[in-house]
Amino acid sequence: MTAPVVIHAPGQSRRGERMLIAIAVVLTLFFVAAPLAYIFVRAFSEGWRVYAANILHPMTLHAIWLTTITAIIVVPLNVAFGIAAAWAVAKHRFPGRGILVTIIEIPFSISPIIAGICYLLLYGRQGLLGPWLQANDLQVMFALPGIVLVTMFVTAPFVAREVLPLMQAQGSEQEQAAVTLGANGWQIFTRVTLPNIRWALLYGAVLCTARAVGEFGGVSVVSGNVRGQTNTLPLHVELLFNDLNAVGAFAAASTLTLIAILALFVKALLEGRRTR
Amino acid sequence: MSIGISGLTKRFGRTDVLRGIDLGIKKGELVALLGPSGSGKTTLLKIIAGLEWPDAGRLEVDGVDWLQLAAQERRIGFVFQHYALFPHMTVRDNLAFGLTVRPRAERPGKAVIAAKVDELLHFLQIAHLADRYPAQLSGGQRQRVALGRALAIEPKVLLLDEPFGALDAAIRRDLRRWLRGVHDSTGSTTIFVTHDQEEAFELADRVVVMGEGRIEQIGHADAIHDHPATPFVARFMGATVELPVTLQAGRIEAPGLDLSALPRRPLPDGPADLFVRPADILPVPDDASPWRIDSRMSNGANLRLVLSHASGALAEADVPRRAVQADALVAGTAARLRVAAGTVFPATRGAPPAQKTEPKSLKLESVR
Repeated sequence: MTAPVVIHAPGQSRRGERMLIAIAVVLTLFFVAAPLAYIFVRAFSEGWRVYAANILHPMTLHAIWLTTITAIIVVPLNVAFGIAAAWAVAKHRFPGRGILVTIIEIPFSISPIIAGICYLLLYGRQGLLGPWLQANDLQVMFALPGIVLVTMFVTAPFVAREVLPLMQAQGSEQEQAAVTLGANGWQIFTRVTLPNIRWALLYGAVLCTARAVGEFGGVSVVSGNVRGQTNTLPLHVELLFNDLNAVGAFAAASTLTLIAILALFVKALLEGRRTR
Repeated sequence: MSIGISGLTKRFGRTDVLRGIDLGIKKGELVALLGPSGSGKTTLLKIIAGLEWPDAGRLEVDGVDWLQLAAQERRIGFVFQHYALFPHMTVRDNLAFGLTVRPRAERPGKAVIAAKVDELLHFLQIAHLADRYPAQLSGGQRQRVALGRALAIEPKVLLLDEPFGALDAAIRRDLRRWLRGVHDSTGSTTIFVTHDQEEAFELADRVVVMGEGRIEQIGHADAIHDHPATPFVARFMGATVELPVTLQAGRIEAPGLDLSALPRRPLPDGPADLFVRPADILPVPDDASPWRIDSRMSNGANLRLVLSHASGALAEADVPRRAVQADALVAGTAARLRVAAGTVFPATRGAPPAQKTEPKSLKLESVR
């Protein structure tokens, strides 16, 4: 006969354990689940028709389009940047390597609004590069390029941070083996390096997408909030809310929420594959 | 392919990893680079492979300067210590890799590659594993796949870094014999790195003993075993007992030692060091000897005796447990040491000691 598995010391009650679980569940419900559910309750409070009309409003559609196009530009660029940075740091030894790792992580710790202001000071009309940009008729601030630049800054570390530890753990023996077998640089990258990091890369890309779509602070500084022109979805939600169009705001917010939930779902799936 | 290496040096930061390597390897030869970790043997192998570059020196293969060639152009087969198989490819795809990355003009057709891979799978006796992934293989099986992947490109030179280092003793012995067979049937020039003497001597035609970035001795098993060229090789080959002796007219002498079995040496008179294996020492009870048995341990087949000199110096002796003399050799007995074989080098006392290969190596400090 085998003894039952003891998960708590004898004589000690399980009350403490149950308390902790209860607190965690209640807090999650109150602070995360309930507000999320409320978004949908409010969005649908005046029925499907009104919801659909709100979503299909030209301004909302434009905001969705602008946010999508921003993500479509930003995510591939950051994937490329993330791979390049992780590869440089993991597979090579050079002076300033540690500093590079720290710099890559700066966007994590800096408030996005500061990024927005920095870009404004750099590319704005009165900014450092302003005169040159104007002379060449390039509009960066209060236009798509500015939104893209700030979003890139904010989401820069996501891919690199996911890929780097994996690359460091794998070392470069597989690449060396490929070299001795006659593979050229491109073949090594596409057939050895990339397949090895593919799940971490996708995972990083999903996180990066979620963050790019939801970015508010930095973009609000550089976009100018022009309805139908430079209004991304998060900015649009705020605008609608300030217009006292609560149902419209919640409808727009519901699309953002859906994207976030979808991203989390994909992330959970990828996590399973990655740790397999 | 014959390989000629001369004057090869390499530094990593402030460490001299190779301090001038000269080595010639004949076509079809199987050579072992033997040495403790840090001796530079793996660096030498990687330089031959083109994965490292020397600071100075020459590396020629069949008269071609290989230092002008990238690793990709050298057509070498390299087997890594931890195999470095591609985890996302099946065994079949791993084996085919070297052929599928050839430039389009030289790349064999798909059917040719498949046939070549099948041939290799049979040759390596791993046909049943063809569709598995590396994670689903045992260590010995991975080793075979790693070797097969290297052989697929029909390398001019086969290089192996600690090929059996990560395997169990029994599998090691099997694979050793098998690797010898592979070498003989492919006819390639093969160099492998190991820190295991048994492996080096059993497998290789010639053994290159390396220590601290230099070649200490090149030769066959018997010569290196019986006639180590330097104190380093003597220690590395297990002669861990160092006894200070005096040379007089070629005879080796020291109180408490019975050295009558040793031949005269053509060495100048004066102090010298005698390097002896514990198994070549037999203590013989003798009340007049300054040596005394301190402890006696048995591993079943052998007794390991630790002896101390009146001066505090220590020596070890391995005696077969069933030997007639064994019963008398108990702790506390005074005994002189009968030395069956050993190597003498002029005394290096005062000179900085060479790197120790055995951490528990015992050294005799001084004898009057």
